[in-house]
Amino acid sequence: MRAYTDKKDAQKKAYYTDRYWVAPQVPKSTVESDEVFAADLEAIKAKFEVIEAYIQVKQMVVIIKPEDNYGVLEVLKDECDYTQLSEMSAIDWLADKGQLEVFYQLLSMNKRKRIRVKCFIDQGLAVESVNPLFRSADWAEREAYDMLGLKVNNHPFMKRILMPDDWEGHPLHKSYPLQGDEFAQWYEVDKIFGKEARDIIGPENRDPAMVDRYDTERFGRLGHEVPRGAEPKESKGPEPTTPLAYQEEEGVFMIEKFDEEKSVVIRDRDR
Amino acid sequence: MQQTNRLRPFFENITFDRDDNELVLNFGPQHPSAHGQLRLMLHLQQEQIVKAHPDVGYLHRGMEKMAENMIYNEFMPTTDRMDYIASSSNNYGFVLAVEELIGLEVPRRAKVIRMMLLETNRLMSHLFWLATTALDIGAMTVFLYAFREREYLMDLIEDYCGARLTHSAIRIGGVPLDLPDNFMGDLRKFLEKLPENIKDYEDLLDTNRIWRMRMEKVGVISTEMALSWGCTGPMLRASGVKWDIRKEEPYELYDEVDFDIPYSDKGDNYARYKVYMMEMRESAKILHQLIPMYFDTTPELMAHAPKYISAPKIDIMTQNYSLMQHFVLVTQGMRPPVGEVYIPTESPKGELGYYINSQGGPYPYRLKLRAPSFWHTGILTDLLPGHYIPDVVAIIGTTNIVFGEVDR
Repeated sequence: MRAYTDKKDAQKKAYYTDRYWVAPQVPKSTVESDEVFAADLEAIKAKFEVIEAYIQVKQMVVIIKPEDNYGVLEVLKDECDYTQLSEMSAIDWLADKGQLEVFYQLLSMNKRKRIRVKCFIDQGLAVESVNPLFRSADWAEREAYDMLGLKVNNHPFMKRILMPDDWEGHPLHKSYPLQGDEFAQWYEVDKIFGKEARDIIGPENRDPAMVDRYDTERFGRLGHEVPRGAEPKESKGPEPTTPLAYQEEEGVFMIEKFDEEKSVVIRDRDR
Repeated sequence: MQQTNRLRPFFENITFDRDDNELVLNFGPQHPSAHGQLRLMLHLQQEQIVKAHPDVGYLHRGMEKMAENMIYNEFMPTTDRMDYIASSSNNYGFVLAVEELIGLEVPRRAKVIRMMLLETNRLMSHLFWLATTALDIGAMTVFLYAFREREYLMDLIEDYCGARLTHSAIRIGGVPLDLPDNFMGDLRKFLEKLPENIKDYEDLLDTNRIWRMRMEKVGVISTEMALSWGCTGPMLRASGVKWDIRKEEPYELYDEVDFDIPYSDKGDNYARYKVYMMEMRESAKILHQLIPMYFDTTPELMAHAPKYISAPKIDIMTQNYSLMQHFVLVTQGMRPPVGEVYIPTESPKGELGYYINSQGGPYPYRLKLRAPSFWHTGILTDLLPGHYIPDVVAIIGTTNIVFGEVDR
């Protein structure tokens, strides 16, 4: 039986971590250490609740409540001179907290400062669109919806942007496997040939390392080629053995005498 | 087996027969001047565009997803495939973000070499832009000349790292190789000729009536619109904002070299063309200053940080501890501290930002690529209405969008 794996996080994991290893932290400093940021933070605090604020790698991070996102960005744009929304997206914490972390990366060209406004939103709830303040949010919010399933209220044209319109699932969820889920496997077959062709064509394989040597449609079987579509010559039994012989006349460096009979072939990959 | 009725084109909720005299034109995704895979749905009244919907995603490869499943060094060559016209600038943006995350100081010679790569990439990208835009508008001669110069630059980079298009020539912590002996001589020769070449292009284009008619007062982007849409780079500078990250938030040694930021307040295609041409001259100026700076440096190329970066090859081959470190870093990958960074760099297209959220593991928890072309494509929604069909090609040309970067 295959080992049980948690489907909440299908991403690659570190295969070994030292048991005494403690991850270091990127240093944070208080907002008071920078005058400009302190003034900006005061302007936000005058109207909205700030959950946390600190400076990390020269940029201020402000964590607010999700329902205040429009108001805070309006204050930053109109009062604090943050004229550009460079980036807006989300981070998936659904498995741990059932929340998406939404961040807005703002730039003030006059002050040469960058602020990151963040909020945590529960799964299923929606944030307000900031499209009326920054037009760049139009595409950014569409992408966040497409990739992470972030719901946005009052967006003028909410539609998937990178994936096809009839796609199912949100690829940047941690629960979404890198190779695609079952829907992705059959998407093109269903669409072009119909569901009834599934048996004939087979699922799409997105693993670039996989080579099916018996697949005469896509890969000729090296050394045993047959016309396209024809049955392979050998049955799907074990491969014909090719005797191992080294071409070097004088033998191979470090191997004094190679005897195939005495060598061991490791078949169990987990060993 | 294949059923013909299944292969009908799939248009989302678009009615092509309309009563109100409006025509929907489907531009792309296979249009030669769409610079890749851009599909534009244009609503037309006669020849005039009343509504435009850029549709992107035809080149989506899921790079952000791939990043979450790769160790940091493994992802670095993938960044080449974003803006493949200037791939070193993508490598550099990623590498700088990781270095800021772990707090590395890079040796001075590596900084000079990186800047040389970045500026040659900028020249390559701008020459490519000039060639293709001129070709789109019908000026074939410029295309051939600009590609000739770009070819010299590609040879130069090939001498350095062996690759012409996807360089991967920058590593986290420095650069892998020193410059070859003939590099400086070749670069000097190229830089001597470049001003004449740029003047040749301008002689061909500046007084050309067709070129000016297609470019002047077409595709005007106001300052407010450029800021609101997140435009950066030459797009923003041609709209009257003098903002260059190399100058305003300098990284590497950009605060030590002397260069100007060309900008214009016109905001039309012609202003963008002029900004690109001026920027090529500024890049050449930077490269001129970098040559003596290189000879003032000591030969270290990689930072010393055994927790994150492998030791030099000689140590790996001779010292046991270095070999162990190298083995762990290659098989398991480095583990940056817990935290997040957003690092912007000035790529030839605009602000290229990497947001990395690290949870202390060997894989980034979230990596967001902020590619300038994505927003430069988005602005077409507001920019195209009011223009005519031939203007579309000229406008797409001057926005300088690359679809590897838009779709990621």
